[in-house]
Amino acid sequence: MHTRIRDYPSRSSEIIRDDPGVRDAVTGATIAFDQKRLQGYAEVDADAWRRWAEGVKSHTLTHLDRYLAEAETQLEANGAEVHWAADAAEAREIVMSLAARHSVKSVVKGKSMVAEEIDLNPALEAAGIEVYETDLGEYILQLLEEEPSHILGPAIHKSLQQVQELFADRLGSEPGGDPDTLARAARRVLRDAFIQADMGITGGNFLVAETGTVALIENEGNIRLTTSLPRVHVAVVGIEKLLPRMADLSGFLQLTARAATGQPIGCFVSLVQGPASHPDDDGPEAVHVVLVDNGRTDVLAHEHAWEALRCLRCGACLNACPVYRQTGGHAYGYVYSGPIGSVLDPGLLGLHEAMPLPFASSLCGACEDACPVRIPIPEMLLEWRREAQEEGLTPWKERAALKGLASVATRPGLYRLAGRIGSRLGATGVARGLPMLGEWAADRALPQPSRRTFRELWRKGIE
Amino acid sequence: MRVALFVTCLADHYFAEAAADTVRLLRHLGCEVAFPADQTCCGQPAYNAGRLGEARRMAEHTLGVFAGAVGEPGDPAASDAPAAPDGPAATDAVVLPSGSCATMVKKFYPRLLAGGRDTAPPTALADRTFDLAEFIVHRLGVTELGSGLAGRRVAVHQGCHALRELRLETEPAVLLEGAGAEVVPWEAQEECCGFGGLFSVKMTAVSAAMADRKLDTLPEVDWVVSGDGGCVLHLDGRNRARGTGVEFVHLATALWRGVAGDARAAEGSDVAAVRDAAEAARPLEAR
Repeated sequence: MHTRIRDYPSRSSEIIRDDPGVRDAVTGATIAFDQKRLQGYAEVDADAWRRWAEGVKSHTLTHLDRYLAEAETQLEANGAEVHWAADAAEAREIVMSLAARHSVKSVVKGKSMVAEEIDLNPALEAAGIEVYETDLGEYILQLLEEEPSHILGPAIHKSLQQVQELFADRLGSEPGGDPDTLARAARRVLRDAFIQADMGITGGNFLVAETGTVALIENEGNIRLTTSLPRVHVAVVGIEKLLPRMADLSGFLQLTARAATGQPIGCFVSLVQGPASHPDDDGPEAVHVVLVDNGRTDVLAHEHAWEALRCLRCGACLNACPVYRQTGGHAYGYVYSGPIGSVLDPGLLGLHEAMPLPFASSLCGACEDACPVRIPIPEMLLEWRREAQEEGLTPWKERAALKGLASVATRPGLYRLAGRIGSRLGATGVARGLPMLGEWAADRALPQPSRRTFRELWRKGIE
Repeated sequence: MRVALFVTCLADHYFAEAAADTVRLLRHLGCEVAFPADQTCCGQPAYNAGRLGEARRMAEHTLGVFAGAVGEPGDPAASDAPAAPDGPAATDAVVLPSGSCATMVKKFYPRLLAGGRDTAPPTALADRTFDLAEFIVHRLGVTELGSGLAGRRVAVHQGCHALRELRLETEPAVLLEGAGAEVVPWEAQEECCGFGGLFSVKMTAVSAAMADRKLDTLPEVDWVVSGDGGCVLHLDGRNRARGTGVEFVHLATALWRGVAGDARAAEGSDVAAVRDAAEAARPLEAR
């Protein structure tokens, strides 16, 4: 996938400067989500749940080969077909060949970050297949030809008014309708799409190895329809989505919902195990599960990054993140944004490709407190920063400044002298001496050094 | 109790008066304060940038400076040794007027020097190092500081490291209330100000927008109080650039103003007049 990660510094400032509505919409929505999560956590022994979930996920990841093989065996026993995709191109080719094999002309999709990751829609459309995003947020973005801005709420950066105008313009809905009215307008289009569709494509929140079950959480009912109405269901699932046993699933369904929206559980949970076993039964004729690697085994092999594979894609870290709140996801330039994106993307894409995301954090730690599987995001960011420094991926000015600091700070005499000079020069003088302060001063008044350093006050005696 | 002050490079050079107020406050609370003269920077700027070699050198320097300043817990030598105010004398605790630098010593040094978070052994220094508010509330067991801040409305900015690493969730507010101030709820109280050291230079627009969120949600207060100079430099820098016009005060200074105001009141002076005079005589270094 083509990324615009490198442009994070300029894109983030452009969004803040030129499109202030994004910051307002994202801040408002994420704070609301975050407060619901806090409430959802407070109703249970969240710390115990989170430790349990961390343990199950870490165990699964360290035995991934075994559980993947078990999942494949079970899925096939259920009558589903399993396909392995090493990278995005292979995943696309698999889905395209399935579409050809099943004579697919029209596709409905449930929200799937993996589908975004492998750039599926453009490939389907290029083959002349009609594609309908059926998650309301994704549908809005499809009309606007925009990418998702948030794992859970893809259109989080849009205001109600923008959606009202869009739907009035494109769907002929009455101007200024409330959210229910807007949902009805989308439903009119999407109901027909569901009925027409030959293939439903979804992601998967979990894949239970023991039973070969793809579990999907949602609130709108569109995934239920996507997995049950069309003749063919294709679930595109990252290989890290495994859970060992059905007994694990219940806890994860509840924890994911609480972390994401504070709900006890999603309004709809769909468990897909295979095609309809009898022509008179409900459900698709064929079920395909595409297991996607696309960098995940590299992440798993990485000493520090592997913990990011525990991620449940709940979006709690994005909602808690004061950095993400200023811009939404588009500034990050890749499908996984916010704190989890900043630790996952370097692993999936390679650190060089993902610069400067490890530095797009103030290390405030709110993400780690929110994460339902206790991914130590701040520490992982520091590990990526260390690698970036070792590989020379940071600006030389910065490296030189920090080397200089260490030289001075390990020589007390020199340190005292530098401090005295700084206090005599005053703010402007200090700024002239330190090149990086120029950027600071563009948005802030320069810090004023004390006229006397503390150690000078100490020497004179503190009354 | 004997205390070694680790003033931090930031307070040494940008908040010298707040650092002096830290000394005054600690002495007022019965502590003998030493200032090991060879102390420099804790190394956090390098640590956060991922330059662990430089960070390790600064951490080792700091450990060397303060190694003599802390005895083993329960070691009588720690409190019986003669105090040399400028030297690394044996003291009971190391106190920093910064939650962030205290976190560096307490939480990040063990990781940094052990080379990994799973194997980090606590160091003697980590166990005996305290953020100022943490020290007063938990080590000294003091929460009542008189009523010198009566009538003051303050908002508390909680530094992220103090809040989420040291879990000092209530201590600054408890102390301010213990000095008579009214702590006004602030919806963004626990949100990061956007400083983050290098972050504020590298991602300057996002960093400034984060400060704006803090400033835009501020309630009507006399002071915004924080135990971290880094946050104050950044927030007040943005505050002055925008002309928001609220006064930022380091926690040490706020508490000392309360204690000093109280002391003069006890001598029979007019509280408000003395406090105003004390403030006029000691303008904020950061302004």
